[in-house]
Amino acid sequence: MNRQLLLGAEAVAQGAIDAGLSGVYAYPGTPSTEITEYIQRSKEARENGIRSSWSTNEKTAYEAALGMSYAGKRSLVCMKHVGLNVAADAFINSAITGVNGGLVLAVADDPSMHSSQNEQDSRVYGKFAMVPVLEPASQQELYDAMSHAFELSESVRLPVVVRMTTRLSHSRAGVERQATLEQNPLYAEYAPERFVLMPHNARRQYQHLLGLQSMLEELSESSFLNQPVEGHGPVGVIAFGIGYNYVMEARLAHGIDCRVLKIGQYPLPRAQVNELFDACDTVLVVEEGYPVYEELFRGYFGSSKIRGRMDGALPRAGELTTDLVAAALGAAAPASTAIPGIVVNRPPELCKGCGHRDMFDAINIVMQENEEHHVFSDIGCYTLGALPPYNAIHTCVDMGASITMAKGAADAGLRPAVAVLGDSTFAHSGMTGLLDAVNDRSPVTVIIADNDTTAMTGGQHSSASGSKIIDICRGLGVDEKHIRVIVPLKKNLQENIAVLREEFAYEGVSVVIAQRECIESAAKKKRRAAAPGQ
Amino acid sequence: MQKNIILAGVGGQGILSIAAVIDWAALNGGLEIRQAEVHGMSQRGGAVQSHLRIADHELYADLIALGTADLILSVEPLEALRYLPYLAPGGRVVTSLEPFVNMPGYPSMDEILAELGKTDRPVLVHSAELAREAGSARASNMVMLGAAARFTGIGPERLEEAIKALFGAKGQEIVDINIRAFRMGQQLSNP
Repeated sequence: MNRQLLLGAEAVAQGAIDAGLSGVYAYPGTPSTEITEYIQRSKEARENGIRSSWSTNEKTAYEAALGMSYAGKRSLVCMKHVGLNVAADAFINSAITGVNGGLVLAVADDPSMHSSQNEQDSRVYGKFAMVPVLEPASQQELYDAMSHAFELSESVRLPVVVRMTTRLSHSRAGVERQATLEQNPLYAEYAPERFVLMPHNARRQYQHLLGLQSMLEELSESSFLNQPVEGHGPVGVIAFGIGYNYVMEARLAHGIDCRVLKIGQYPLPRAQVNELFDACDTVLVVEEGYPVYEELFRGYFGSSKIRGRMDGALPRAGELTTDLVAAALGAAAPASTAIPGIVVNRPPELCKGCGHRDMFDAINIVMQENEEHHVFSDIGCYTLGALPPYNAIHTCVDMGASITMAKGAADAGLRPAVAVLGDSTFAHSGMTGLLDAVNDRSPVTVIIADNDTTAMTGGQHSSASGSKIIDICRGLGVDEKHIRVIVPLKKNLQENIAVLREEFAYEGVSVVIAQRECIESAAKKKRRAAAPGQ
Repeated sequence: MQKNIILAGVGGQGILSIAAVIDWAALNGGLEIRQAEVHGMSQRGGAVQSHLRIADHELYADLIALGTADLILSVEPLEALRYLPYLAPGGRVVTSLEPFVNMPGYPSMDEILAELGKTDRPVLVHSAELAREAGSARASNMVMLGAAARFTGIGPERLEEAIKALFGAKGQEIVDINIRAFRMGQQLSNP
């Protein structure tokens, strides 16, 4: 038996490797990180020279993947849903240029926001860009979808999106592999009429994209990812992505007999959808994410035939479960014990011994000396500084927003205006904001918590840390005297307080770099060094 | 055959090594597996759980439905209670009695024991003590797996095979400690 136990994310990675991948580009983000990590660990990927190191952000990743596709090779670009906001400019426009070698965007959405600031649905982006979207329902389907996605991308010469959600990405199952395909040869064509998006080319290319849509719909009709499931009765279900799993589970558990149309490739297969709607009096729309297609089916004037997230049959927000779908299909609620009252919440916390703890101790002490003590922060482990016992940060919006929001608040007159972000987040989207602050001479203090890694997602390589960060700040024009390095350790508390106090008082741009290795990375290094010769 | 198992603990306690052993044994036994786990922010000292489903037929959902778990296997006593809504009538709770206190309001052990006592014949394990006896405090996960082995639907010899396969790279001594820990746990729940 040739089955491997893979996370959904890993099935994407293995599927891509076996489909003749030449390179993966990504910035870490839960729940997408494990795709790239798997390729980085893969012996086959190394032997086949598949390029896999981390990019600085999702936009640079997407553009590099497009460049590799331009040169004729198959490329994969991976990100979490909010990462696609960062890459959106490149993504939308790559639908206009089209691709050469297959280009697949694997994007992992996080409904219920387990590790994210929103639960936006990437299928909307797929519709917006008018490119094919695949939404497999199982780990095996994810694996199989990858070679299909690359073939499809090359046949219609468009990027193809593979969308998954947290539950599938972070769940393991047995996956059977197919034979590995050869990589494409290098083949770069001069095609400025496609790739130079000046208005005259862009208009023609956009018409071409519009013209492809009916063909994309036809391809969906014959896709293995779209399948009707036999059943009877007046109620039918159209189940998207892993919504299908909960429907099938509810059917089994509660002996429900109903027609089901499983959707895993967009644009929708119109004939199959029509068939279901014609055969049923009521159609339950089960989508893991926004009610994107439910809204479309209902139309502006509504339809009493349709049930789903918009009429309360299913909750409007959050992940689906078998229980929610079963209830929507009329099954009785299961007998189940309540959580005892004594069970208190156990929120996540900064690791014991983490340098961020000492950094926040110092920040809190100095901030309390000021009348206003707002701290603008960002996305990373240090976001946990928002929770007790620190309660040290007051904003976390999007990658890099700490610096620019502090700048805007400083422009409004707020003093001190303090930003806290990590080394990887600074490289991702902090540098440009710092340049704005320098150009405007805005009185902000930017504290870069440099732990030499992208810690929250599990310790991936950071694009800029250590001396590189100092050089970047200097290069962006921050006054040398106001680039201060501190080491966040208990024994340095008084010294660190003094540095922060001075820089908070300075009427200009200052950067305080709190340099201390992530204790998780340090422990990992130690374990690796101690492991018997491997 | 179908087993729905909730593995519970605190981020960093290593419930995924228990999952890995059951997964390996199930995969090599030709069974279908779905095992959903938590990555990302909650891993930092927060409550974490894994939904593990094995069956000899096709499985669809990665998540266990409420009231259908055959087993809650927890490496921390309070965390065992957090997932009671998933427990099936007649399902069993196997939990370590070593509290991990990293938040305010942690209830008293008496209160926790009273709640555990309301479940059907709970298996309560002083896992740290047994692990140390087996040779390493770090083997307490395997003590817990041993104590829960008879509720997993997989034979103990298959689970031992999996332990050997997964810990093999760390040397024979580590394998022996973990097998010992597993067997000590097993004895606890064998009447």
